[in-house]
Amino acid sequence: MLDTLMGIVGGSPEMLALFIGFGLVVGLLFGFFGMGGSFLVTPALLMLDYPASVAVGSGMAFVFGTAVIATLKHHDLGQVDYKLGVIMIAGTTVGIEVGRASVFYLEDLGLADGIISVVYVFLLGGIGLMITREALKGDDDGGIDHGAVDKDLSEYEIPEVAKRIQETVRIPPMVTLRGDVRVSAWVITAVAFSTGLLSGFLGVGGGFIRMPAMIYAIGVPTPVAVGTDLFEIVFSGGIGSYLYGQSGGVDLSIVAPLLFGSALGARIGSAATAIVDSDDIKIYFGGMLLAGSIAVGIGEIGTYLGSELLETIGLFLVIGAAVVVAGAIVFTTLRSLRATRSQTTVAAD
Amino acid sequence: MPGLEVPTWDPETALLIGTILLEAVILYVGYGVLERLVGPHLMEFLVGGGSNA
Repeated sequence: MLDTLMGIVGGSPEMLALFIGFGLVVGLLFGFFGMGGSFLVTPALLMLDYPASVAVGSGMAFVFGTAVIATLKHHDLGQVDYKLGVIMIAGTTVGIEVGRASVFYLEDLGLADGIISVVYVFLLGGIGLMITREALKGDDDGGIDHGAVDKDLSEYEIPEVAKRIQETVRIPPMVTLRGDVRVSAWVITAVAFSTGLLSGFLGVGGGFIRMPAMIYAIGVPTPVAVGTDLFEIVFSGGIGSYLYGQSGGVDLSIVAPLLFGSALGARIGSAATAIVDSDDIKIYFGGMLLAGSIAVGIGEIGTYLGSELLETIGLFLVIGAAVVVAGAIVFTTLRSLRATRSQTTVAAD
Repeated sequence: MPGLEVPTWDPETALLIGTILLEAVILYVGYGVLERLVGPHLMEFLVGGGSNA
């Protein structure tokens, strides 16, 4: 059995265990926060010395598989706007292709690893800082508001920025979306292209930027943004994976074990959202992204100086940060469950 | 647009992506069944039962 698995994944048992375990952690984070998990895969693969096109391509194929699983769940909850999703797919497809072509162009120049890592450092660092700041302020803008799950779509207020965009940009054709949102199809296309470009360049789903963009630029309610984003990632991730796969960038020996672990992790993470308030852990999430950016930076300095020690420190830091946050989610969930259990027992007595 | 590449039909790549899609669906269904079968027992073991998670 183990030999068959080894044959499929084509690696050592240690690598198989590492990928399944890492997938479990990433899935747990994705299931709990609804974003951000895939962000860790590409830098980790880069630090494991995979070529940039394989790291990005396999990262994207992993995102595709994870999105399929998550969309099946959100479809059951009625949180997918298919009209919005279909319009976004067109813009995202072009964006991904431009981003993907940029990676191969940079690889020809021998600059891909360095530039992708630098963009990661700034993006992870920037988002990490933003989420940590919001968490310290106690605001709700750094991820999914778990308390809002049961709210009716008509109860969601459209952000001021979105209202202004809807009133200013009225280039036909206009589209009516779920939650009575009316917006120009060009606004949707522009959002889709920009996020697709990042997605293709970095091999990420793009949800960390597309979700806020759908809420603040298009004005759709948060649950619809989450569900539609996942539906869209299925297509964009599928097309992106196909294009990378044609160039030999998708390695099944990486994707299969990652997905095996993440599917289980996503279930645990999703179940935890019903028990733990995300605000409790959001600060750890911001810290994890910051640690990730520092890790990629250290790894790059290690590569530049030819220091294996620095590269190893970078790898352990990025994986360690994700493991700590995933552990914090599991610990907080169990503690909340035990507290609820004790209260129920006391009340019954 | 310069540098753009139109996706062409490649059975080998389609099989690769199809395998990932199939794995995702099997895992979704498989873990769902596992959750229903093992979930309550696991929760009972971890928190002493009586939870809705």
